[in-house]
Amino acid sequence: MKRKLEISEFIFKIISYTILTIFSLACLYPFIYAISAAMSARQAVDYAQIVLFPKGVQFEAFARMFNNNMFWNSYSNTLFLTFYGTIWEMILSILGAYALSKKRLLFRKQFNFFLVFTMWFAAGIVPQYLNYLATQRIFRKVGIYDDKWLVVIAMGMAAMNIILLRNAFEGVPSEIEEAAIVDGATEFQVLTKVYVPMCKSTVATVALFFGISRWNGYYWARQMISDTNEHPLQVFIRLLLEQYSDPDQMTGWAENYASDSVIYALIVCSIVPILIIYPFIQKYFAKGTNEGGVKE
Amino acid sequence: MADKAKAADFLLYDEETGTYRMDPEQAVRDDVEKHYWKHVGLMVAKDWRLYVMLIPMILVFLFWRYFPMYELLGSFKVADEVKPVAEQYFAGFSYFRRLLVGGDSLSADFWRAFRNTFLLSFYGLLFGFPAPIILALFFNEIRSNMMRSIYQVLTYLPKFMSTVVMTSLTTLLVRQGSIISGMGVISKALVALGLISHDVGQAGLLNQPQFFRAIYQITGIWEGAGYGSIVFFAAIIAISPTSYEAAQIDGAGKMAQMRYVVLPSILSTIVIMLITHIGGLLSIGYEKVLLLYNSNTYITADVVSTFAQRYGILGANKGLASASEMLNNVVGMLLVIGANTIARKASNTSLY
Repeated sequence: MKRKLEISEFIFKIISYTILTIFSLACLYPFIYAISAAMSARQAVDYAQIVLFPKGVQFEAFARMFNNNMFWNSYSNTLFLTFYGTIWEMILSILGAYALSKKRLLFRKQFNFFLVFTMWFAAGIVPQYLNYLATQRIFRKVGIYDDKWLVVIAMGMAAMNIILLRNAFEGVPSEIEEAAIVDGATEFQVLTKVYVPMCKSTVATVALFFGISRWNGYYWARQMISDTNEHPLQVFIRLLLEQYSDPDQMTGWAENYASDSVIYALIVCSIVPILIIYPFIQKYFAKGTNEGGVKE
Repeated sequence: MADKAKAADFLLYDEETGTYRMDPEQAVRDDVEKHYWKHVGLMVAKDWRLYVMLIPMILVFLFWRYFPMYELLGSFKVADEVKPVAEQYFAGFSYFRRLLVGGDSLSADFWRAFRNTFLLSFYGLLFGFPAPIILALFFNEIRSNMMRSIYQVLTYLPKFMSTVVMTSLTTLLVRQGSIISGMGVISKALVALGLISHDVGQAGLLNQPQFFRAIYQITGIWEGAGYGSIVFFAAIIAISPTSYEAAQIDGAGKMAQMRYVVLPSILSTIVIMLITHIGGLLSIGYEKVLLLYNSNTYITADVVSTFAQRYGILGANKGLASASEMLNNVVGMLLVIGANTIARKASNTSLY
């Protein structure tokens, strides 16, 4: 009896290790392949001869990217959108979530419903497009001609993230708030000096979610930013891919690197910042997701 | 006597005099009711800082989440480039009739898109939903903390990549072959394994409608399974070790432990996640489909939002496109409410 138990556990353990190893490697492989393909010679990329390591190393695809003004332009645009977008969203959601977390807020249920309803029912992309066009007209009238501000202010804001923050704030014991108020803290100081530090991991997680979605934003940036010099990186990657997958563009290519290598190089450049910050925040966000998790 | 006392909840029966008299608490209730708005005003004035904090968020949601819903009115109006939606002429249900029972190719396209939306989400529920649960069960088996962290870091990673990066890699890895270049490396591997023929790989997997759904689901699992496992894994590690020990003493094998210890403990988490999934059944990400599909694969790939995007944003038929999205979203909302109600009745677990 005892022995049979051990066998079933042992088999399950073996299966777990095998499947997890395979799946983890599958998650990693496309990125390794992209790095190798960006650095390989034309022949190897065109005929998919690379398995893991680069063949016939060249750095001209990267050099071509780095010498391209559009690349640096789109990179700085993405940094702009990510920086201001995340700050804008974080300020609004921390303030809103703090107010929603208070039991003494009147019409709290209605305000919560106001948020949650947007998760049930979204208007869809065509009405949203018309709405953004109207916003754009108003912005033009006010004198904001840079469409990046439209993307920063009007887009983003996920109700889910605000609910995560609200749940985390609700978990802070009210005695601590009372103690701070007795010590003479104002409402705003209670928020910045007590609540935000106490829910550090959830705040970091939500900032990460907002930041990542800003960095990765594509569709509305492409639709709403009319000036191609203002396009973010994701739009640049996509436009390049559309251009290169056109067979007419590919014939007559006389470089010693493949056209695909340029796109691979661009993809690698776009994921490097995420790969750099990822290990540092990774430990926070599993904790943050569960801490603020869905309660209601 | 009892039914006399029930005559009205603000009256009390006085046995001595045999008459009714006013409940003294009712005067307090009346007072509160009379001064309700004054009370509200005082509460708001006392905590005005809280309401000021709330205002910016409410405004953003109002302008860019609720005003688009108002634009949905356009699905009942004759589209006009110049006039705002309120001033457009009323067109009744003509767009809806055209989409639902039009009998022409447009109506057929809409129904195709609706079916594809449903099928893509349904397969996502069938294959994509269990994947993170299974992954979490496997994570639980890894006793070494370092190994588990490595697995987790690697499997969470794809979630942080943008849809553009993911779809670009997919496009390049299953690329079609031409005179001057070969097919993508994944197609090549599939041909080597004998799963697809050389000609099929050479034509490019994304150009053939029969592969679209599989590619969509596989990339979905690749992207989301690791990240989705976080919440299930948290539920699993919360199970007390004594539960396993008790099961072992009772002679439960690994499968029996899964069945009688782990599964009941994470059931409420599974139900909540299932409700969110069913709620999202008709709101699948348009970005991914838009980036992966092309005119060759409309048969299996075109969903309602891409249909609306083609007619409303690329084309000029805004009313028709709004109508198609309205149909899709209303059905989607009914699904959320339905799933939530069923879950609440069946297991006392509900999301909202």
